[in-house]
Amino acid sequence: MLAHTFFFYFFSGIAIFSALMVITSRNTVNSVFFLILDFISVGCLFIMVGAEFLGMILLIVYVGAVAVLFLFVVMMLNVAQQKQSWFIGKKSTHIPSGLIVAIIIFMELLVVIGGWKYKDNVSNSSSLVIDKDISNTHAIGSVMYTDYILYFQLSGIILLLSMIGAIILTYRRRENVKTQSYFKQISREKASSIELKEVDFNKGVKIDD
Amino acid sequence: MIEIGLGHYLTLGAIIFFLGVIGIFLNRKNVIVILMSVELILLAVNINLISFSIFTGDILGQIFTMLILTVAAAEAAIGLAIIVIFYRNKGSIRVEDIHEMRG
Repeated sequence: MLAHTFFFYFFSGIAIFSALMVITSRNTVNSVFFLILDFISVGCLFIMVGAEFLGMILLIVYVGAVAVLFLFVVMMLNVAQQKQSWFIGKKSTHIPSGLIVAIIIFMELLVVIGGWKYKDNVSNSSSLVIDKDISNTHAIGSVMYTDYILYFQLSGIILLLSMIGAIILTYRRRENVKTQSYFKQISREKASSIELKEVDFNKGVKIDD
Repeated sequence: MIEIGLGHYLTLGAIIFFLGVIGIFLNRKNVIVILMSVELILLAVNINLISFSIFTGDILGQIFTMLILTVAAAEAAIGLAIIVIFYRNKGSIRVEDIHEMRG
C-alpha cells in the first residue's frame, strides 16, 4: 500500500506539472512534448489502479498516434516561431473572466468530491460487476462485444467519418501533374485507337500528327 | 493521506480539468494549444470515469472511457485537418488572426 501511495503521488505530480507546462510553455513543440509526458504518466496511473487495457491503449493510441499527429502538424506549420507571451496580447481582457470560470469549475468539482458518500450497497447496485478471476482485457471484451456492440460499431462509424472528413478537407488537386484517367483507359476501343494502313513498297507511310 | 482512495483520483481529475479550462482561456498563441487543452479536459474525464469504475467495481466506466478515447481521436484528426487548411489559406493560426466569423 505504501508503494501505491508513493507511485500515485509520483505520477500525479508529473501529470499536473506537465499539464501546467502544456498551457504555459512558450514554444508549441515543448507543449506537445509535455502533452506526451502527461499521457504517459496518466497511462501509468491507469495501469497502476487496475485498468491495464485502457492504460496500454492510452500509451499506444495517444502517445503513439494522436500526440505524434500533433507533433507532425506543429512541425509542418511553422508555428514555433510565433513566440509571444500571452499576457502582452492586445486583447487580453478575457483572461480574468477565463480565470473566474476555471476557478468556479474547480471549486464545483471539489465540492462534489468532498460532499458525497457511498451508498450502502454500492457494489450490489452496479450492473456489470468486475469479475476478479478474469483479466481486465477479457472483462472489457466480454461486455463490449455483447451488450455494447451497437456503441462499438457507432464508434467505428465515427472513426470512418473522421477519416473521410480529414482526407476531404486536406485534399488538394494539383495542376500539371500527370495522372491516369481510368475511365479513358477502360473505355478505349479498337476502332478509335488503331488505324490500319496499306503500306506501299519502298514508300513508307505518312502519319498525320 | 497515506491511503489512496477515490477522492485522490477525483482531485487529480479536477486539477487537470481546471488546467485544461485555463489553457483554453489564457491562450493567445495558436489554435493547436487550444486543441491540446481539449485533450487535457478529455483526459481528466477519463480519469474520473476509470477511478469510479475501479473503486465501485463496475466495468461500465471503462467501456465509456474507450468510447471517449475514440471520439477524442476523431476530434483531434478533424481539428488538425481544419487547422492545416486554415494555415494553407491564411498563413497564420494565431488566435487573434482568426476573426472570419466576427467572433
